[in-house]
Amino acid sequence: MAKPAVHTESAAEIEQYFREMLFIRHFEEKCNFAYRQGKAGGYLHVYIGMEALAIGWMHSIRKGHDYVITAYRDHAHALLLGTDPVAVMAEICGRVAGPSRGKGGSMHLYDKAHGLYGGWGIVGGHIPLGGGLAFAAKYRGEDRVTLNFMGDGASNQGVVFETLNMAGLWDLPCIFIVENNEVAMGTRLEYHAADTELWKRGLPFDIKSERIDGMDALQMKKDAQRIVDWVRENQKPYFVEVMSYRFAGHGAADNDRSLYRSKDEEDINFKRDPIARIEMELERRNIMNREKMEAIEAEIVAQVDEIYEKAMASPHPVPEEVYENVYSDMEPEVGH
Amino acid sequence: MAVMSYRDAVRQSIIDEMERDQEVFMMGEDIGRYKGTFRVSEGLLEKFGEKRVVDTPITECGFTGIAIGAAMAGLRPIVEMMTMSFSILALDQIINHAAKIHYMTGGQITVPMVVRGPSGAANQLSAQHSHSMEGWYAHVPGLKVVAPATADCASGLLKTAIRDNNPVIFVENPGLYATKAEVNEDKDYTIPFGKARVAKEGKDLSLIAYSRMVHVCMKAAEELESRGISAEVIDVRSLLPLDTETIFGSVRKTHRAVVVYEDWRSGAFGAEIHARINENCFDDLDAPVGRVGGLNVPMPYSRILELQCIPNEKDVLAAVEKLG
Repeated sequence: MAKPAVHTESAAEIEQYFREMLFIRHFEEKCNFAYRQGKAGGYLHVYIGMEALAIGWMHSIRKGHDYVITAYRDHAHALLLGTDPVAVMAEICGRVAGPSRGKGGSMHLYDKAHGLYGGWGIVGGHIPLGGGLAFAAKYRGEDRVTLNFMGDGASNQGVVFETLNMAGLWDLPCIFIVENNEVAMGTRLEYHAADTELWKRGLPFDIKSERIDGMDALQMKKDAQRIVDWVRENQKPYFVEVMSYRFAGHGAADNDRSLYRSKDEEDINFKRDPIARIEMELERRNIMNREKMEAIEAEIVAQVDEIYEKAMASPHPVPEEVYENVYSDMEPEVGH
Repeated sequence: MAVMSYRDAVRQSIIDEMERDQEVFMMGEDIGRYKGTFRVSEGLLEKFGEKRVVDTPITECGFTGIAIGAAMAGLRPIVEMMTMSFSILALDQIINHAAKIHYMTGGQITVPMVVRGPSGAANQLSAQHSHSMEGWYAHVPGLKVVAPATADCASGLLKTAIRDNNPVIFVENPGLYATKAEVNEDKDYTIPFGKARVAKEGKDLSLIAYSRMVHVCMKAAEELESRGISAEVIDVRSLLPLDTETIFGSVRKTHRAVVVYEDWRSGAFGAEIHARINENCFDDLDAPVGRVGGLNVPMPYSRILELQCIPNEKDVLAAVEKLG
C-alpha cells in the first residue's frame, strides 16, 4: 500500500497561496484591461498561468534581505515581494505613484526597499547584474541569496553563459531560475534551443542543476525552499529550470497565439492551471469549499478594482521631471 | 607634489581610494597575477588580495555586468578594460544597463562604478585595439566621461570618478602612460568634473582638445608662438559634463578656434564641441571653426600609415593656417 502523503503546509499557508495566485491573476487581467483602455502603453507582459512559480520562490526567501532580479514579466515578483499594488499599477500606467514615478513602466519595476532590482528589458542582459548582486553579498560576507530569473529565451544569450562561468568560478550565492514557459516570445523551445533540456546549462560550469515543475504551488514551494536553503548554507550557485506555461500571449500586443501554438496544445496545458490545482487541494484537504473560494475571488476582484481606481487617481508626471534622475547629482543637457 | 608618470598617478589614486574605502575594488583581465597589460595595476594584488583585485575571465560583457550589479548593491567597482576597444563587447551592459538604472528606477538605485582603460592608438596595435571610445560614451545620457591629459589630472579626476555615484568612463590614452608631471599627492586631491583646464593662455586663437591631443596642441602652440601667434590651449578634460563656459570664454576672447581629437574625424565628440561653438559663439568668430580629427579609416598596422592617421602638430598648424 502506498504511504499517505505527508502534508507539511498548514491550511493557512495553502489559503495564502491561493489568495495570492488569484490576486496576481486578477491584477494581470486588470493590466490587460488597462492596456486595452489605452491607460497602459508600450510593452506589457502578464504572468497568467505562471503564478505558482513566483509564489514558490518568493515564499522561500527572506523578503527585503535577499536580492531578486528578473526580466520584463515582473509584476508578480513585485507584488509578492510586498511592493504596494497601487504603486505597481500606477507604474504600469505611467503615473507618479509608481516606484519609478512613471519612468520605468511595466517592464521596469524596481523596489529596492523590498529587494527587487528590476524589471529588465534586454533578454538575458540582467543576468550578470544578478551575478553582481550575489558578488556584493559574498564580498561583504553577508548571507543574502540572489534569485536571478530569466525566461527560456534568455538562456541562449552569451552573457548568461559568461555569468554562469563566473558564478561557478567564484562560488556566487546566486540561483539562476529559468522560467521555462516553452516559448521565447513567438519562437517555441524546440526552435530556439539545441538541447531543450535547459537545466543542463549549469552543468558545464560545475553548478548544481536540476529541472522542476512550476505549476503546483505546493511542490514549487518545497523545491524552492530546499534550493534557497542549500545556496544560503553552501554559498554556491544553483541552476534551476522550472517548467511552466504562459497562458496569455507574449505581451498585451500579442493577440495571435496561433502563430506558434495550436488550440489543442493550449487546451491540454490550460488543464495544468496552478489555480485550479490549488483549488482542488483546498477541497481535497477540506480547507475550503467552492462557495468560500468564490467569495474570496469576488473579494479579490473588488480589491483589484479599487487598486486600479487609486492608481488612476495618481497624476501623470509633470514635464520638468523628464530631466530628473538621469544623474544622482546633476542635470543633463537641457532642450532639443 | 612629486613628479610622477601618468601610469603611476592612476595606480596611486586607485591605491588611495582602496585604502580609504573598503567597498572599492577592482576587476578586469590580467590585472592581478599578470600585473595589468599596461602595468597600471602592478602590485595591487599583493597589497589588497584576491578579494579586492579580481582577475576575470575574458568576458567583458559578463564581468562588466557583474560590476554593475555589485554597484547596484552599493559596492564601488573599478573595471579595467585591457583596452577600451574591448569595451565594445560590454556596450549593452554600459549603455543599456548602467547608464539607465538611476533613471529607470526613478532614483532608487545608483551605479557608483568606474570603467577605465587605454583608449586610442598605442603603437602598431592595428585596427581592433586602437579605438578612441570616449566619444561613443559621451553620447549617452547617464554616463560621465573624462579624458585626462596629464598625470595630475589623471590623479585628481580618478578620485572624483571613484567617489562619484554615477557610472564614469575614464579613458587613458596609451601614449600618455609614460609621460611625467608634477602631481598633487594629497590623498583627498580631487578635480571636479565639468571643469576644463587652460593648459596655455593665449590671445589669437583657441586650440581645444582632450587627452593626448592636448600635448599635440601644446607643441603646435609653441611653433605658433615662434611665428608670433599666441594660441590658447584648452584641455577639455571632462567630456560629459562639458565645461562650455571655459570653451566659449576662450573663443570669445580669441575669436578663432580649432578643435583637435584623435577619434575618427566624422561624428566624433570633437564634432559636438565644434557644433556647440558654432551654435553659441557665431557672432564672436572671425573665421569658421576648424577641426582636426583622425583619418576615417580602420587603424592600419604599418607604423607609417598609423602615424598618418593620428593627428600631429603639423595637422594642427595646417588647420590654423586655413583660418586665415
